[in-house]
Amino acid sequence: MDPIRSITGTAVPLDRSDVDTDQIIPAEWLKRVERTGFAAGLFSAWRKDPSFVLNQPQYAGASVLVAGTNFGTGSSREHAVWALTDYGFRAVVSPRFADIFRSNCTKAGLVPAQLDVETAAALLAAVEADPTIEVTVDVEARVVRAPAAGIEAPFPLDDFTRWRLLEGLDDIGLSLRHEPDITGYESTRPRWLPTTSPVGG
Amino acid sequence: MGRTLSEKVWDRHVVRSAEGEPDLLYIDLHLVHEVTSPQAFDGLRMARRPVRRPDLTLATMDHNVPTTLDAGGAMVVDDPISKKQMEVLGANCDEFGIPLYPMGHRNQGIVHVIGPELGLTQPGMTIVCGDSHTSTHGAVGALAIGIGTSEVEHVLATQTLPQRRPGTMSVTVDGELPPGVTAKDMILAVIGRIGTGGGMGSVIEYRGSAIRSLSMEGRMTVCNMSIEGGARAGLVAPDDTTFAYLEGRAHAPKGKAWEEALDVWRSLATDDDASFDKGVELNATTLVPHVSWGTNPSQVAPIDGNVPDPEAIADPAERDAARRALAYQGLAAGIAVRDIAVDTVFIGSCTNARIEDLRAAAAVLDGHHVRDGVRALVVPGSALVKTEAEAEGLDRIFRAAGFEWREAGCSMCLAMNPDKLAPGERCASTSNRNFEGRQGPGGRTHLVSPAVAAATAVAGHFATPQELN
Ligand code: SF4
Repeated sequence: MDPIRSITGTAVPLDRSDVDTDQIIPAEWLKRVERTGFAAGLFSAWRKDPSFVLNQPQYAGASVLVAGTNFGTGSSREHAVWALTDYGFRAVVSPRFADIFRSNCTKAGLVPAQLDVETAAALLAAVEADPTIEVTVDVEARVVRAPAAGIEAPFPLDDFTRWRLLEGLDDIGLSLRHEPDITGYESTRPRWLPTTSPVGG
Repeated sequence: MGRTLSEKVWDRHVVRSAEGEPDLLYIDLHLVHEVTSPQAFDGLRMARRPVRRPDLTLATMDHNVPTTLDAGGAMVVDDPISKKQMEVLGANCDEFGIPLYPMGHRNQGIVHVIGPELGLTQPGMTIVCGDSHTSTHGAVGALAIGIGTSEVEHVLATQTLPQRRPGTMSVTVDGELPPGVTAKDMILAVIGRIGTGGGMGSVIEYRGSAIRSLSMEGRMTVCNMSIEGGARAGLVAPDDTTFAYLEGRAHAPKGKAWEEALDVWRSLATDDDASFDKGVELNATTLVPHVSWGTNPSQVAPIDGNVPDPEAIADPAERDAARRALAYQGLAAGIAVRDIAVDTVFIGSCTNARIEDLRAAAAVLDGHHVRDGVRALVVPGSALVKTEAEAEGLDRIFRAAGFEWREAGCSMCLAMNPDKLAPGERCASTSNRNFEGRQGPGGRTHLVSPAVAAATAVAGHFATPQELN
C-alpha cells in the first residue's frame, strides 16, 4: 500500500443514507478474480440514471465522496472499496460507516473520515452549492478541511491505523513480526479443537 | 467485575496485546468461498507466503453455483466468469493444501450452513470468513466475524487477525413466542427497532427466555442477521440445546475430549455481574410475523400493518429513505401489507434454509398449492440438508405444492448465479437483504419467515399460515 499523508481535491455529494455495498458494487461484478477494473461497476445501477450525481460533469475528477449516514452497510465485499479507489476516490466522508467497510477501507488505501452529522451535512451542502470547492482529508492531522466553506473538523483515526496509513505498511508483515507469539499461542490451544481435515470417509 | 460471553471468547484468543494497537487474535476456523478469496490467494503468491494452517481452513462453493441440473443430471455452469471463479478456488485450494467441498460434493453448501452442520462451528471459538453473514456461527457461542479480502489474506498467512476490541450490546427477548411467530420475525423486529446502524462497533449477545427456547436453527437465523443491524457479530451463550445439537456431529469432540470441551463451554456464559455497554429489550409475547417493505432490513412492518406514509416520518433522512424505498419497490404509501401481491417466492439462504426451516414451510404447504402465476422455489442450504429433507419426504410435499426443488447454494439470495428476479418482479424471500437489486437488477424483495413465505406462495399475497384454512 502507498503511504497516504493527506488528500486534497474536489468532492462528490451523495445525499443518501444507508448506502449499502450492493449499490456501491453490484454482485454481478464480484465474479472477477482480479483486484482492479471495478470502476465501471461503481454505483452501476444508479449511474443508469443520467441525473445521478456521478454522471454530472461538474463532479468529474473528484477524489472525495461525501455521503449520508450508515455508509457501506451490508456485505463484507472489499470490492466496494476497490471500486471507489479504481474510480478515483481517495477518501469518503460520512457521519457513520459500517464496521467491515471501514476496516476494508484502511487496508486498501481509502480513508474513511467520520464527521459529526451537522458538519457532514454542511460539507455536503457546500459541495452541492459549489462543485469546485476544495476538500482536504488530512490523515496526519486527522482533520477534514474545506476552507472556502469555513469547515475544519477533526475525524477519529486511531494512532495505529494513522501510522499504518502514513507509512503505507502491510498489515501481514506487521503481524508476522510477532510470529513467535503466534507459535507460542498455538502450543497452548486445547487439543480437542477441530481441524478441517475431512473425517468419516 | 464479571465478563460477558464475547469478552471471554476474546480474551482466550489474544496472541498479543500492546498499548495503542489492536489486539492480535488467534483464529480457530477460517471459512473460504469462491467470491472473496481469489485476490487474497494472489496476494500470498506475490509475497511468496504459504497458508499457515490449512488444517484450520475450509473452502466451499456457494455463491456462483447453479441450483439446477441438466437433463443428464449434471450441474452445468453456463456463465464463463462464474465458472472461472470456481475453478480458481479449486486451483488455489490444491496449491495451498486447503480442504474443499466443491460443487457436487455431498458436504457442499452455503458456507454458513455447512460449518455448524459438520460440527466445525463450536462454542468459544473464533471464526472468520470473507462474508458478512459469518455472524451466523455465533449461534453456538462462537465469536464469528465477517472480514474483507485483505483480512482473508491476513488470516491465511498468519492464522491471526488484528482487531480492536468491540463494544458489547445485549438484545434481550423474554416471554413466549406466540404460535406462528418465528426467530425470523424476532430478528426483523429487532432490526426494525435498532436500525441498520444500531449495532455498529458492537458484538450483540442475544439473551432472555425467548432466545433460550429457540432451537439451534432459530438461533442461527437470529445471529445471521446481526450484521443487518450493523453489529460486528452476534452470539448466544452455549447451553444444553447447543450441546445436544453438536454431539455426534462429524467434527465435534468425542469421548474424553467431549467431556473436556463441555467443561470449557459451560464456563463461557456471561457472568451475573458483567455489564453491557448498551442493550435493548423486547417482549416476545406481543411479537407478530414481520414483512420488510423497503430497501433496507430495518424497514419492516407487522404483517397486520401497513406500509408507512413517508410524509408522516419526522426524521428527514428517514423520510427521504422511505420515499426512495417506496418508489423503488413500486408501493403506494399506506397500503396494507396483506394487499401486496408477489410474483416469486424464494425459500433459501443462510438465514432460513436449514432443515427446520424446510420442515416449517412444508408443514404449511402440505395439502395446498402455489397460486397460479407465482414462481416458487425452495433451495436447501446444503447438500446434507437436501439429503435429509428428501429422506423425510419434504421434497415431495414441495413439489406437489408447485415449488421447484433445487440443489444447494446461495441461489436467489443474491444475483450472482442464474436464479434472479427480473426487473420489477416482487419476491417474498426468506433471505436477509432487501437492498435495491439484491435478487436481480430492478427486483423487489420482501423479507419474511419460511412459514409466511409458504403461506404467501399459496395466497399470492402476504399471508400467514392460519389464513389458509
Ligand atoms: S445465502 Fe446469501 S447471505 Fe448467505 S452467504 Fe449466500 S449470498 Fe451471502
